Amino acid sequence: MQELVVVGNGMAGARAVEEILTRGGGETFRITMFGDEPHGNYNRILLSELLARGADPDGQLLEEDLFLNPWEWYRENGITLHAGVRVVRVDRFAHRVYADDGSIVRYDKLVLATGSRSFFPPTEGLWADNKTLTPGVFGFRTLHDTMAMMRYARGKQRAAVIGGGLLGLEAARGLQAHGLAAHVVHAAEGLMNQQLDAQAGRVLRRSLERLGITVHTGTRTTAIRRTTDGAVSGVTFTDGTTLDVDMVVVTAGIRPNIGLAMVSGLETQRGIVVDDQLRSVDDDDIYAVGECVQHRGEVYGLVAPLWEQATVLADHITGADPQAAYHGSRLATKLKVAGVDVAAMGLKEPERPDDEFVQFSEPGRGIYQTVIIRDGMLVGATLLGDISKVASLTQAFDRRVPLPEERIRLLFDLGAPTAEVGAAELADEAQVCNCNGVSKGQLVACVRDGQRTVGGVMGATRAGKGCGSCKGLVADIVEAALGGDLETDPAEAYYVPCIPMDKPTLMTEIRQRGLRSSSAVFAELAQDGAEHAGSKMALSSLLRTMWGEQYIDERDGRFINDRVHANIQRDGTFSVVPQIAGGVTTPAQLRRIAEVAERYNIPLLKLTGGQRIDLLGVRKEDLPRVWADLDMPSGHAYGKSFRTVKTCVGSDFCRFGLGDSTQLGIDIEQRYKGLESPAKMKLAVSGCPRNCAESYVKDVGIVAVEGGRWEIYVGGAAGATVRKGDLLATVDSRDEAVTLTGRFMQYYRENAKWLERSYDFVPRIGLTELRAIVVEDRDGIAGRLDEAMQDSVDAYYDPWQEHRHPATPGQFRDALPLVQLPKVPIR
Amino acid sequence: MDQIPVGEGRAFAVGDEQVAVFRPRGGGLHALQAVCPHRGGPLADGLIDAAQVVCPLHNHAFRLSDGRCTTGERSVQAYQVAVEDGEVVLRLTR
Ligand SMILES: Cc1cc2nc3c(=O)[nH]c(=O)nc-3n(C[C@H](O)[C@H](O)[C@H](O)COP(=O)(O)OP(=O)(O)OC[C@H]3O[C@@H](n4cnc5c(N)ncnc54)[C@H](O)[C@@H]3O)c2cc1C
Ligand code: HEM
Ligand code: SF4
Ligand code: FES
Repeated sequence: MQELVVVGNGMAGARAVEEILTRGGGETFRITMFGDEPHGNYNRILLSELLARGADPDGQLLEEDLFLNPWEWYRENGITLHAGVRVVRVDRFAHRVYADDGSIVRYDKLVLATGSRSFFPPTEGLWADNKTLTPGVFGFRTLHDTMAMMRYARGKQRAAVIGGGLLGLEAARGLQAHGLAAHVVHAAEGLMNQQLDAQAGRVLRRSLERLGITVHTGTRTTAIRRTTDGAVSGVTFTDGTTLDVDMVVVTAGIRPNIGLAMVSGLETQRGIVVDDQLRSVDDDDIYAVGECVQHRGEVYGLVAPLWEQATVLADHITGADPQAAYHGSRLATKLKVAGVDVAAMGLKEPERPDDEFVQFSEPGRGIYQTVIIRDGMLVGATLLGDISKVASLTQAFDRRVPLPEERIRLLFDLGAPTAEVGAAELADEAQVCNCNGVSKGQLVACVRDGQRTVGGVMGATRAGKGCGSCKGLVADIVEAALGGDLETDPAEAYYVPCIPMDKPTLMTEIRQRGLRSSSAVFAELAQDGAEHAGSKMALSSLLRTMWGEQYIDERDGRFINDRVHANIQRDGTFSVVPQIAGGVTTPAQLRRIAEVAERYNIPLLKLTGGQRIDLLGVRKEDLPRVWADLDMPSGHAYGKSFRTVKTCVGSDFCRFGLGDSTQLGIDIEQRYKGLESPAKMKLAVSGCPRNCAESYVKDVGIVAVEGGRWEIYVGGAAGATVRKGDLLATVDSRDEAVTLTGRFMQYYRENAKWLERSYDFVPRIGLTELRAIVVEDRDGIAGRLDEAMQDSVDAYYDPWQEHRHPATPGQFRDALPLVQLPKVPIR
Repeated sequence: MDQIPVGEGRAFAVGDEQVAVFRPRGGGLHALQAVCPHRGGPLADGLIDAAQVVCPLHNHAFRLSDGRCTTGERSVQAYQVAVEDGEVVLRLTR
């Protein structure tokens, strides 16, 4: 057996050993590892997350996520680990390493994986003595640094982060989570200037400022100010100005740990110089791997290269592949700051005159994207604000695959056209409305045939009348086809097409005239006093919202789904979803559902995305009996209404849970179930920011956070449109969460246009405005909204009770009496 | 007639034809082929007003008077219909 000694028990050292073991190296080598840090190998990358989640009292539970190699791993693989022990010298001729605890170990092969440390730029007052930082000053490199920072942050007000690179921004965001105001001080003009060009730096700066981080660029910290007891009290900048802070985090770069290699007589420049087999250029028995390495002039500061290095090292040292060679890595990075998406790879700017450079900038929305192409290959990309293309770009960058002729396709999907793509560029046969299969040519033809408005073209072709996601593009195409001849269609502001009023005006009229039924509204307000099929549903919904129990319900004003309380399917059968509030069911319910499914030959039983059980393909005549036999209330999966509250298991079961998300979800659903609204409302409650119930993409999404608090997000979507909800408020109790959810929904019910989902409504109103109205009660209407919501809640009844007394003659009568249903496939 | 609530439609099998009969709020009675020519939707389940019925599946609209589609789909058959002594009487001759 040969002796293999590894110095450095970090990500590269431990990975190299893992790779050696998978190549059968356990047979050849007895392995000894030295690690300066007193733990097993952990995932350094997650320190940012640890800091950001820091205030988490159950943080210890993260341990197994954080630790890549727990103590057992070393034991099971027969590795001798000297944790907390530092190697101080290598005697290359005697093949021995000397450690600071006095131990001496012989090696046949040695691996240096000493990583890097924080770089502390010379600054007055930074150090308390030769070895100790001033109390309140921290590096951000190790678990110890992170823990110490979290401990010190308690009760502090303000922190300065010196260095505005990846690490600094993550540190600043993390400290914010501990309640500190964060100031980032950056010497260069542009943040993250290693990865980003100047313009990207400016866009990023604005995004961070929006998160409440203060950014000082183009200035240095010349001194740390201290209190009389020697702790940090502030910083002084180049221009002599000062800032009072309680703590300072230094993230001004890293320096490879090359001291050991240096004193041992190995070639070092910026790092330990190695060849393509990761061996020191001076000594074939000494390998080096990770951030401490300099290979072909490059020193890396990210993990991806060290994974590649570790495989080559292992291939070579075990003889698994003596030809293995490392050729350097291409770098892609992502900023791990919640709320700011940044991804960068390769070059940040074009370097040669014939480099192609594609740039897209929309600073208002915090979006900036570039790609750089050389000789037909992607050599650089920056994505800010919208990183939806990062996967395909990374692939093109890593594999050097050929790129589309139209470079813009790298940044945008042209296949499923979005409105951003110039309408004019589309081919005539390009399908614009995917739901109704309408091409650009058809839209243009429709304009040529005399349609003069967007609404008119949409009506005639039904483009945009499916999921609605193509509406913007349809409008662009129609406008282009009209060539400035567009007639603005005043009808577009109408709540319903046949009454020339927007929603607030219509509501005022209805209230003043006391109109409580659809037919009354048509008679008094419609242009010709006639009723209009296409307006009935919207009107019924509005009237019920406004009048609650006083609404005069005319059944013919309802869409078929609302007449029979089930969702019509393509063959005229229906889907039935019983109420399973919060997605929590019981064995008894499951048994009943199973029995009903068998008794009525239900073609398909399906678990829905909203955590419900859907019985599909039920014949209309069977609906009342299905409900009676289920003996469960309606789950309201059919209307333009409050639909479902999805929940995760939360603090009752989940080891990460911070709040009882399940119960809160059930309570919200029980309270607001079935409420009619301009469009459907899907909700979710998650027990922690891991967001297992997908709260960030719901109309209203609630997330438990530290300290018994709940975040309320609104306007999220993950359907035809995908949008992350906006944080409306963070509240201190579940009762407030229930109330605020209700108040927001009531405001939405009163103010949204018909079929306007919250993901359009929230941006239309604007988050600040919404907060002012709903949270801060600027307009003094909060009380009224809450009352109106209470009235609606009180007016609720379970529509499935109609199985006892049909509301109209033939309510459940077959509409296609000769068609053998179901025609949907039976599974 | 009692089988058709005001403002709604109901479907009936007459021989081997399926007929949807509509009773608009404003009065009158109309009979159309019950199956939507688009994808076979049940027109009797559609929303109506005095002039038209809207198919519940994809919103094609058909005139109650003559079955003409106003949204670009094929037309549906319209039938003569009358009320005699509270009974709905349909004439299927075309
Ligand atoms: C907060 C933070 C966030 C990060 N985020 C990302 C990210 O998102 N993406 C990314 O790619 N990279 C990220 N990185 C960088 C990444 O963590 C490093 O690239 C990686 O850890 C380098 O691994 P290494 O093994 O070379 O060095 P290290 O992980 O630093 O390991 C070196 C180990 O050797 C020990 N050691 C040093 N000298 C001696 C000695 N003489 N005797 C004994 N032991 C010694 C050290 O104590 C240390 O434990 C981040 C780093 C930090 C600090
Ligand atoms: C993955 C999760 C965590 C791990 C692995 C971990 C690990 C450690 C370790 C190794 C130490 C002692 C070493 C040192 O200070 O250098 C420590 C100390 C400490 N940790 Fe954690 N920790 C975790 C999460 C947390 C969280 C979320 C908090 C709360 C905010 C926390 C609070 C503390 C405190 C206050 C100390 C200092 C204790 C003292 O010095 O007396 N830890 N932790
Ligand atoms: S979201 Fe819910 S289930 Fe997911 S980790 Fe958090 S508490 Fe656990
Ligand atoms: S089936 Fe009637 S509109 Fe499609």
